[in-house]
Amino acid sequence: MTGTLEVRGLSTHFTSRAGVVRAVDDVSFAVQRGEVMGLVGESGSGKSVTGFSIIGLVDPPGRVVAGQILFQGRDIARLPEPELRKLRGRHIAMVFQDPMMTLNPVLRIDTQMIEAVQAHETVSTAAARARSRNALGLVGIPSPDERLRAYPHQFSGGMRQRVAIAIALLHRPELILADEPTTALDVTIQAQILAEVQGLARDLGTALVWITHDLSVIAGLADHVAVMYAGRIVEKGSVDAVLDHPLHPYTAGLIGSVPSRTPRGERLPGIPGMTPSVLNLPVGCAFRTRCARATAVCETDPPEFPAEPGRAHRCFHPLVAVPA
Amino acid sequence: MTTPMPAPMIELRGVSKRFEKAADSATRLVRRVRGALGAPVQPQIVRAVDRVDLAVARGEVVGLVGESGCGKSTLGRMVAGIAPPSDGQVLYQGQDVATLDPAAARQAKLRVQMIFQDPYASLNPRLRVSEIVGEAPRVHRLIQGPYDAYVDAQLRRAGLDPAYTRRYPHQFSGGQRQRIGIARALAVQPDFLVCDEAVAALDVSIQAQILNLFMDLRRELDLTYLFISHDLGVVEHLSDRVVIMYLGRVVEQAPTEEVFARPNHPYTQALLAEVPRIDARRRRFTAIKGEIPSPLAPPPGCHFHPRCPHAFARCSVEVPALLEIAPGHRSACHLNDR
Repeated sequence: MTGTLEVRGLSTHFTSRAGVVRAVDDVSFAVQRGEVMGLVGESGSGKSVTGFSIIGLVDPPGRVVAGQILFQGRDIARLPEPELRKLRGRHIAMVFQDPMMTLNPVLRIDTQMIEAVQAHETVSTAAARARSRNALGLVGIPSPDERLRAYPHQFSGGMRQRVAIAIALLHRPELILADEPTTALDVTIQAQILAEVQGLARDLGTALVWITHDLSVIAGLADHVAVMYAGRIVEKGSVDAVLDHPLHPYTAGLIGSVPSRTPRGERLPGIPGMTPSVLNLPVGCAFRTRCARATAVCETDPPEFPAEPGRAHRCFHPLVAVPA
Repeated sequence: MTTPMPAPMIELRGVSKRFEKAADSATRLVRRVRGALGAPVQPQIVRAVDRVDLAVARGEVVGLVGESGCGKSTLGRMVAGIAPPSDGQVLYQGQDVATLDPAAARQAKLRVQMIFQDPYASLNPRLRVSEIVGEAPRVHRLIQGPYDAYVDAQLRRAGLDPAYTRRYPHQFSGGQRQRIGIARALAVQPDFLVCDEAVAALDVSIQAQILNLFMDLRRELDLTYLFISHDLGVVEHLSDRVVIMYLGRVVEQAPTEEVFARPNHPYTQALLAEVPRIDARRRRFTAIKGEIPSPLAPPPGCHFHPRCPHAFARCSVEVPALLEIAPGHRSACHLNDR
């Protein structure tokens, strides 16, 4: 079965005067049609760079140095820019944390949306406008005809993010990469957007990669999850498997850091120490300096150990899955 | 729960804060012209906090929850004495802060300290850690014994290595900076901390460490907290009592278990229903309709009525009072006396 997206051994490095930063290091995962895949990690884990690498938006000094990015079976990792431009926006779209990264502040919404439609298809302006209007309606923007004539600053933060999602949907892309799109929004607005996005993946069969630091959002939204730490996927699998029976100590620590899991007022188990500098990662398992289970063997690179089908981790001393 | 028998540590009585929208040049011109024609324009006023009553007992942790623009930060700033209220009284241990003589007012202010959201913006980048932490206690003559030893003790209590005192803020990570902010607040020996989204900017694992520190300090120093957050999980974990605000008004307040088990106000119910939870899998998100209205033109009556599924005629006319519906549980909703 060919999924919508299959990433194999992706490595993206940044060269700086201080040395090479392995922002993404041998990352592999797959997303099927209509499926939501959560990419979880803390700041500096490489989750956003993974997203940027897939859509070909890594700027120098960053470079995809190894791996394949199979989009509908075709490797797009080393595609020349003109070819990528044909994919971007039409087949693969990205939604950013800050909708103003998508929107031009001095152009009306209709100008921007019609331009986005006509960039990939030869259609009349009237048809492009009609399509834009429908896309706004789809993401739940009231009175879309009127709102098309507005400027970005006339929208609230939540509405702006909806416009950015509507633009991503214009061409019914097969894959949407969403990089923390609801992190800056209020709970009630976040819930509205999650509701829309969930419906879209279900109804349109769009594959979705949802990049976030928030395990709770992933729990409610995603089918599968990959947990990143210091550039590597340390654990992946179905949401239920990973969140209920984490195998990697980092995943377990992350889950233990979420306040609602522990009874009130008790100390959170959490994780000691802090994320090491990406310039100076420990040799072997990058987590070993914070890990209670680490031994001498952890100073060698942990390979990807397959567990059950669709489940894998990178730990020499995985936590044993307790049967539910 | 602590019984508020003695005077509460902090009490707000009918406190309001109004801000006037600064007029741009075009607005000023319109005002001048209309003023000359005898039809003056009313200035635009935001009621960031609208007649709020709140008491926090000694040793209590009160969580203040709400979405952006609900006035929770402004309320926290008034409690901390950073922003004076437009109306109403702020009482510290039973005494109105506004009527205290300057020396006593300064003492009262010193006892209430604030911890801010952004550990990057709240530390002076040009001062060394020893100055950031030690300056205030030195000025207020709180240091007995050597200065360095005092600063070291403060840092150690906040979980920082005293070897770092000569460093500047940019040499620290976000979590460490937040610890510096905590050390600075505790250095003047307060008994009340206002934490305004103090863990919101931190990574999940670092957030857990800082929350643990807050709980340890509470036990160690017998601190009282007003913990402001939009994150209900954090508030549920830390607080004895929860206060929920919507557009400048308190809509509900109750002991933590009570709020989470029996939310009364429709807004609280919606808010609780929509919080993503780690044990709620592939749920179907449903959302309250509409957006938070502009605080410049809040809806009349109950501010929540345009989004409320249970609203009836009275809700758009009359402001509901915050009434006790169970011991310690207050809610401002007309449905309760329908």
